[in-house]
Amino acid sequence: MTAISAPVEAAREPKARDRRGLRARLRKEAALAYLLLLPALVLFGAFSFYPFLRNFKLMLYQTPPVPGLPAHYVGLHQIVPTLTSTQFTQSLVTTIVFVILVVPISLLLGLALAVAAHRKLKGMAVYRVIFSSTVVSSVAVASVVFGTLLNPVVGLLPWLGINPTPPALESTTWALPSVALITIWQFLGLSFIIMSAGLQSVPDELLEAARIDGAGSWTRFWRMTVPLLSPTIFFAVVVSTIYAFQAFGAVDILIGPQNAVRLHTNVLIYNILNTLQIESNPGSAAIMATALFLIILGLTLLQLRFLERRVSYAR
Amino acid sequence: MAQVSFDGVTKRFGETTAVDDLTLSVPDGELLVLLGSSGCGKTTALRLVAGLEELSDGTVSIGDRVVNDIDPKDRDVAMVFQSYALYPHLSVGKNIEFPLRQRGVDKEERAAKVKRAAETLGLGELLGRKPAQLSGGQRQRVALARAIVREPLVFLMDEPLSNLDAALRVQTRADIVELQSRLRTTTLYVTHDQVEAMTMGHRIAVMSNGKLQQVATPEDLYARPSNAFVAHFLGSPGMNLVEGMLVESGTADVEGAGGRGTLCVAFAGASVPLPAPVADRVRGSGPDVVLGMRPESLRLSPDGSIAATVVIVELLGAETHVICSTETGARVIVRQSAGAAKPGIGEAVRIEVDDDPRAYHLFDSSTGERLGGS
Repeated sequence: MTAISAPVEAAREPKARDRRGLRARLRKEAALAYLLLLPALVLFGAFSFYPFLRNFKLMLYQTPPVPGLPAHYVGLHQIVPTLTSTQFTQSLVTTIVFVILVVPISLLLGLALAVAAHRKLKGMAVYRVIFSSTVVSSVAVASVVFGTLLNPVVGLLPWLGINPTPPALESTTWALPSVALITIWQFLGLSFIIMSAGLQSVPDELLEAARIDGAGSWTRFWRMTVPLLSPTIFFAVVVSTIYAFQAFGAVDILIGPQNAVRLHTNVLIYNILNTLQIESNPGSAAIMATALFLIILGLTLLQLRFLERRVSYAR
Repeated sequence: MAQVSFDGVTKRFGETTAVDDLTLSVPDGELLVLLGSSGCGKTTALRLVAGLEELSDGTVSIGDRVVNDIDPKDRDVAMVFQSYALYPHLSVGKNIEFPLRQRGVDKEERAAKVKRAAETLGLGELLGRKPAQLSGGQRQRVALARAIVREPLVFLMDEPLSNLDAALRVQTRADIVELQSRLRTTTLYVTHDQVEAMTMGHRIAVMSNGKLQQVATPEDLYARPSNAFVAHFLGSPGMNLVEGMLVESGTADVEGAGGRGTLCVAFAGASVPLPAPVADRVRGSGPDVVLGMRPESLRLSPDGSIAATVVIVELLGAETHVICSTETGARVIVRQSAGAAKPGIGEAVRIEVDDDPRAYHLFDSSTGERLGGS
């Protein structure tokens, strides 16, 4: 309140003394603001901003494959070779396949669950909690649980009488879909929550009007609910794509660094980590990290642009 | 076209009874207004006809068909919602066309019908627009066009005017009445606004707490309310209701009984003699009664039988409402024409009731029912 009225009063009586007083007060307020922001700035600075900037510097240096030799400056010369290397392109293709496996299925399932849970039935709250619970389960726990379920000896598949050879997590065909399956399960909670929130914003009266106008439940869903949910669906697609591009935990726990490439599960983040830790090649890793950053930045901008320009369905 | 009948209709939501044993018949072509304050069950009754709610008990029929278990889309009714419920992602034309499309009407016929409905409601220019680009009044007309386009058996309207501003409401009110009388489609119209009810309804059904209070033409409802609730609910301001006792003059302190009758309604500071026809009808009832008097049946006069103090004087332009308090503390509102002398606040006045027997309404003080049958 005072912050707003003070400049107004000052403008009415533009005396030098008042202006000085005002400036001093604004300075004080700014100082307080920075003080309050300090903890966040320190943490972000140390763990986000500094590594982010440092990454750009790493891109310019090449580390020789022989351990012990110092890195030397190569400027922008290793960017093109890194991005055109089979290792990177294969990893990118793997990631895209992974995204294509994960995003549509998790969103469709999330939408289906949200529609099912949208009905006003007794005890539905319990189902809502169950459906959204995967959001709070950790990747590690989920991976271990699914790893057990997919285990060729004690898992669910042999119990069902299915014994693939090689086992799902060791097959070049089924390893990536298996990892995708876990990720789909993990995303389901978030997708369910986003879709449920979207459904809440579709007025009941619209669906009732459509019902009286002669639309059956299938038509109501496809001609009313889905178009009205389209901003929500778009948001969910972008957010889950961004998450899927950063998949890491399930691959690391279930496949491991030795098998990632062989089993075609070497997704981008995993590839970056292996390049850095196993190959000790921080320069290439930094370039790939920047490429991933640009992909995600692009997706984010796409979404911001769409959300700003999207048609308002305000009544 | 069809008549709509409620027969012992009850709708419960858990512990609450929204509609309680409603029996009501709306003849073919009638515009019946369901009137009541919010939560009285009028909208639920409408939704039961639409099929948007399931009945707990009783039957709803449209024409000769019991529709209890018939899906909304097969009931051949059209509904106009308070929020209009236009499909925001479809253009005006597509909105109006939607019900026809769902019924598999072929393309040329659809186009012709949409055109006709749009012209009826003056929407010809707006067919390509989206609902968000329309004003409130235009959206309302699109909702009406969508309702009339498929020529349903029944129109259901749920407070369709309450989101419009006052001037537009008066205009649209007349438009709906005109439209309905032209199409002669049976219409159930829900509102909480008694002016809408009085001006639009062929008949009005007043509801309170899920129960039907009275169904009658607007004139009858106003002139002969069947209970104290209806008496007070209708009219602006509503009927004055004062609790008193029926006494034969001579047994109580009666002033100014004159030759009009010997039966009086007595309460502190006043004894209102009843005209002979009224007295004859209610003699033997009571003795505890509620006396109802419309504000326009009262005037301030030194010869008046009710002593009161002026509390507030409200100027409304063409008329003035003088709000008085009797000695028992009951509020009595007197409607004066603008020319009448205005009393001061706090002034002691006397209130006189018209001689006309129709100015006196007597209700049982415990049940609220009208006494004397008329």
